[in-house]
Amino acid sequence: MSRKIGDVILDLQNISLRFGGVKALTDISFNIREHEVRAIIGPNGAGKSSMLNVINGVYHPQDGKIFYRGAERKKMEPHMAASTGIARTFQNIGLFKGMSVLDNIMTGRTLKMKSNLLLQALWFGPARSEELAHRRKVEEIIDFLEIQHIRKTPVGRLPYGLQKRVDLGRALAMEPQILLLDEPMAGMNVEEKQDMCRFILDVNDQFGTTIVLIEHDMGVVMDISDRVVVLDYGKKIGDGLPDEVRSNPEVIRAYLGAGH
Amino acid sequence: MGFFIETLIGGLMAGMLYSLVALGFVLIFKSSGVFNFAQGAMVLFAALAMARFSEWANHALGGDSLLLANLIAFVGAGLVMLLVAWVVERFVLRKLVNQEGATLLMVTLGITYVLEGIGQTVFGSEIYNIDVGMPKDPVLMFESVFEGGILINKEDFIAALIAALLVGLLSLFFQKTPVGRALRAVADDHQAALSIGIPLNRIWVIVWLVAGIVALVAGIIWGSKLGVQFSLATVALRALPVVILGGLTSVPGAIVGGLIIGVGEKLSEVYIGPMVGGGIEIWFAYVLALVFLLFRPQGLFGEKIIDRV
Amino acid sequence: MLYRENGQFKTSYAADQQVFTIAQDKWFVLGVIAFAFIGVPMLVDEYMFRAILIPFLILSLAALGVNLLVGYCGQITLGAGAFMAIGAYAAYNFFVRIEGMPVVLAMLLGGGVSAAMGVLFGIPSLRVRGLYLAVATLAAQFFCDWAFLRISWFTNDSSSGSVSVSNLKMFGWTIDSPVDKYLFCLGVMVVFAVLAKNLTRATVGRQWMAIRDMDVAAEVIGIRPMYSKLSAFAVSSFFVGVAGAMWGFIHLGSWEPAAFSVDRSFQLLFMVIIGGLGSILGSFFGAAFIVVLPIFLNQFLPALGDLVGISISTAAVSHAELIIFGSLIVFFLIVEPHGLARLWSIAKEKLRLWPFPH
Repeated sequence: MSRKIGDVILDLQNISLRFGGVKALTDISFNIREHEVRAIIGPNGAGKSSMLNVINGVYHPQDGKIFYRGAERKKMEPHMAASTGIARTFQNIGLFKGMSVLDNIMTGRTLKMKSNLLLQALWFGPARSEELAHRRKVEEIIDFLEIQHIRKTPVGRLPYGLQKRVDLGRALAMEPQILLLDEPMAGMNVEEKQDMCRFILDVNDQFGTTIVLIEHDMGVVMDISDRVVVLDYGKKIGDGLPDEVRSNPEVIRAYLGAGH
Repeated sequence: MGFFIETLIGGLMAGMLYSLVALGFVLIFKSSGVFNFAQGAMVLFAALAMARFSEWANHALGGDSLLLANLIAFVGAGLVMLLVAWVVERFVLRKLVNQEGATLLMVTLGITYVLEGIGQTVFGSEIYNIDVGMPKDPVLMFESVFEGGILINKEDFIAALIAALLVGLLSLFFQKTPVGRALRAVADDHQAALSIGIPLNRIWVIVWLVAGIVALVAGIIWGSKLGVQFSLATVALRALPVVILGGLTSVPGAIVGGLIIGVGEKLSEVYIGPMVGGGIEIWFAYVLALVFLLFRPQGLFGEKIIDRV
Repeated sequence: MLYRENGQFKTSYAADQQVFTIAQDKWFVLGVIAFAFIGVPMLVDEYMFRAILIPFLILSLAALGVNLLVGYCGQITLGAGAFMAIGAYAAYNFFVRIEGMPVVLAMLLGGGVSAAMGVLFGIPSLRVRGLYLAVATLAAQFFCDWAFLRISWFTNDSSSGSVSVSNLKMFGWTIDSPVDKYLFCLGVMVVFAVLAKNLTRATVGRQWMAIRDMDVAAEVIGIRPMYSKLSAFAVSSFFVGVAGAMWGFIHLGSWEPAAFSVDRSFQLLFMVIIGGLGSILGSFFGAAFIVVLPIFLNQFLPALGDLVGISISTAAVSHAELIIFGSLIVFFLIVEPHGLARLWSIAKEKLRLWPFPH
């Protein structure tokens, strides 16, 4: 592969997260390098989604530090994380069901749209031209994801695989630095998985977007990720290149049970 | 000091009644996730049924036994509330499983109108009396403690006792009986409850029936005090801040919330009211609840809501 | 046969993002508006204006405001009546206290005050949602009921507690005959409907809908919940406030706080549910339905009673009204949550295919 992996862009140090008495994450440290595909794997309930939620500000860890591009990140809300260039997709699809595909992806441009309420109400001048300019951008994403034929369809009517693609499209519309993908291929058949893999690699390759990926399909993870971190019961049990992780005895034990 | 205590006790008595209405809210919300705006209309409906049945029964019995007439009327009104519960479950709730809370709330607004309309069409729209033989005369208490003593309405006192008794019974019902256990299971997770064989539909009928009986008791107490009239339906609006304060899912919350609101209303009306022209008790309760919401969105005893993504 | 979009190709994004993408729709709507301005004043008698058309226009403006908040942003309100009251009383104070204040400006300022109060009472929506928010908006309702009744400053110390305005002039045009009032309301309503449509197809409208459909996801893609929710409260309250000012100034002329009670709030919510949540057109359908239904029942039910030999009292009619309203609310929420507007669009779909449905 030709793309060059850069410096550490996001560094998580000693992250701990609790809900009441339940420990979701305990003392987890790892980093993410620019332009890489970083996978987070682990059994169900290992804390993978919680980890993503910490990264994009939905959950606030009780302990630990997060450094983003070298600067320590204070407690932040999700929309602030979004404005620093962190986008994500959702495990159970977080699309806006009452809106069309086009409108869903357009919401991803929100942060980049600046015209004020009054101009929007009048549909006049800068508001109108801004709307059209962003429409052009969104059409590029629609082309990229090959979903032209459904652009005016309400997302609620789409099959699961296409919804996942629209979810990705909405995240891409933010032109993110870091893209967090929460099980982008769950529940897909082989062809859909192949399509999705292709899109993810294309995004990484063409736009240089750093990708953090949660996935259960080990074949996919080993194929497309540069480095893998393994969580189990909210603790980190492995971190490294796919091959290293695959041969890590603790990881094997977590996946196959203590008897092996 | 005597006056203060008198106001306080008056507030507690009124609060107990708010608690009763709030209890109806909590029961239904706990088991079906429906914020039942129609609880007030149910109070009116039940009270109307009670008043008219008692009148008719008394007439039929030739005015011999008020007690018997009232018993017949109570059973009759209970049956009417069973019918209401069944109809609501069969024609409304069953069709709205897994809908959002806001939709369900709006549906109960519709039910409110229907109940008010039907109630007045069937039972009439004048002011009726419910006479269950409660003593009306006030008594003086604690004359030795305070100068002049404290004036307490016996009727209020009995009403508060009944309310307290009902609350105790319901707590037992929830904690100790199989039906109560099933109710709690349904409240936790509809689908899981269904999957272990709890008949959701029947549970809902039971809950709405219980809420209907609670409404009936509240209706009888308020009705015998103030007469049965259309304004009873607005009791729901008075009791809303109570559930917000206490937490939507908490039986003790409904009680404590009711007492706080009752006392707060009376004290504010007596001590703050004159300064701003009076009539503040309605919005005072709301503002109290609202301020409270801002600091503790789940209410006093409500369960904390964690968003999962 | 006539309703086809064949051959109407879009060659630019601007063309694709028009309000009416089908030419026939555009001409139909323009035709209706032209007829409303020119044809209706020639055909209709005074009673129609007073009892139906003027209330319909004003209430549909209020319903539009409620729909922006409830239907588009998903924030339920049971206090719309309060914001009508705020709009009406604020406009009244601007109008009578400031010498030479133009009527339209007073109304807009009334809307502005209502918007500010909307933001204030919308603040709880940042912490609480759904049911709890409904209660917070009820707080606004009861507080306003009380304030306009008890605080005499708001009513300019009028002794009876009711206030009145007269001599409404705009650019030398005195609005006093029913036709004048009707035309004024129609003009305002058309302008506001266009504004509402524009907002809902622009980025702010998408933000509202995103918050409505899934607030966590909306926040994650960079939508600020505070801005979105409060802007919805502000715009909605502005619409409702202007409608309130018009209700007081133009429809009633003199009014008391009871004109904007909690019943009014429920009525507005019902218009939106029956008309269609999240639909501009639906707001008009809902308003028309709820304005016309009681009048219809008042005429129809006694006539029906006479036919079968029972005399039906006015009380019975009002009870029947309650039952019918209530049942319709339940019916629409269960069967067609998108209301009359959805039925309308289904009819249009059918028409497009007619007479060859396959």
